[in-house]
Amino acid sequence: MAMTGVLRPGHAQIRVLDLEEGVRHYRDILGLVETGRDAQGRVYFKCWDERDHNSFILRQADCAGLDFFGFKVLDTATLNKLDADLQAYGVKTERIPAGDMLETGERVRFEIPSGHLIELYAEKTSVGNGCGLVNPVAWTADSERGIAPVRLDHALLYGPNVAAVQKLFTEVLGFYLVERVLTPDGAGNVAIWLSCGHKVHDIAFAEYPEPGKLHHCSFLLETWEEVLRAGDIMSVNKTPVDIGPTRHGVTRGCTIYAWDPSGNRFETFMGGYQPYPDYKEALTWTFDNFGQGLDYPQRKLHETFLTVVS
Amino acid sequence: MSAFQIRIIETGECFPCDSDQSVLEGMVKLGKRGIPAGCRGGACGVCKVEVVSGSLERKVMSRSHVSEEDEKNGRVLACRISPSSDLELRVIGGMKRSVCKQESEKSFLK
Ligand code: FES
Repeated sequence: MAMTGVLRPGHAQIRVLDLEEGVRHYRDILGLVETGRDAQGRVYFKCWDERDHNSFILRQADCAGLDFFGFKVLDTATLNKLDADLQAYGVKTERIPAGDMLETGERVRFEIPSGHLIELYAEKTSVGNGCGLVNPVAWTADSERGIAPVRLDHALLYGPNVAAVQKLFTEVLGFYLVERVLTPDGAGNVAIWLSCGHKVHDIAFAEYPEPGKLHHCSFLLETWEEVLRAGDIMSVNKTPVDIGPTRHGVTRGCTIYAWDPSGNRFETFMGGYQPYPDYKEALTWTFDNFGQGLDYPQRKLHETFLTVVS
Repeated sequence: MSAFQIRIIETGECFPCDSDQSVLEGMVKLGKRGIPAGCRGGACGVCKVEVVSGSLERKVMSRSHVSEEDEKNGRVLACRISPSSDLELRVIGGMKRSVCKQESEKSFLK
């Protein structure tokens, strides 16, 4: 398919309580590649198969959670158009100059009705995946170090006003609704999965009373065996696991949810089906069946999934 | 590593906890139903307790759950503290209901 507009999740900046403890977790256990540190003390990472300089940034702070989640768009003209579209829709945007984040161009930042900061940007230095661009090799040492996900896949964010968030993402940013969980009365959506390409989701939201909460950032693996291997690596390192390894009903992806040393949940994820934007009808889960949507084999609504956020 | 006794005031229960373990880990090992093992990293606040007596080592805790005032009054996150003596504590976070009543009302998103 032709990819235009918003291309994919580009970066997440996460707050950790102890920077070096966070770095050890994301670099040595998850197996991300450290690509730089800036004057503010932020540490930059990418997944081994991503070509852009960074996709995951850690910042030390006195409370955990998400600073912002960014999407890469096709080019600067698209960035300017989406900025204008957002403003026309009534969303206040802010321009953050190129270079504020290492190797990253100008960003357009805005707050969405769930209280999260979302960013769009067009430029980020391509540093390659280490396999080369001519007659590339198939893997590198980094592709087997730690859990070694191939890319930052998506995030699930918790906050209020899911209906307004859905409207903004579908009407202005060009996303489409892939799956949803209905509210108990069936009149609205309590959780939504949105895609800007043909991945099963690029971002998801669930209704929650407190704004701006992080449920998880998700990292992509290529096989179910790699998900099981991730579970072994977590156990060896005493990484606290929340749910899994198991399969979701929603998205049909295979998953483990676990927590970093500051209590930010992350997911190691693979699979899911491939929707296209012409799929007019979102798959729908009734509220009473969400347990099956979350944990397909056990059909279990894990309490921690609903209540533990950072 | 030394083992200390942790006493939960509300229920009178005691459990052992090593000095290189978090108090929450020790509590989870009790095997009692309904101990909410949350994020175990100081972010979610479910494991908040008030330490009434004893001394402890602490790691950094999220200010969104433990204010300076809290910290002065011994209110801390069980997943971020380790005992350096026997401790007596009250459960005050999201785990209070399950520790004290052994039941969990299910509600979607709180
Ligand atoms: S379990 Fe989340 S703060 Fe302790």
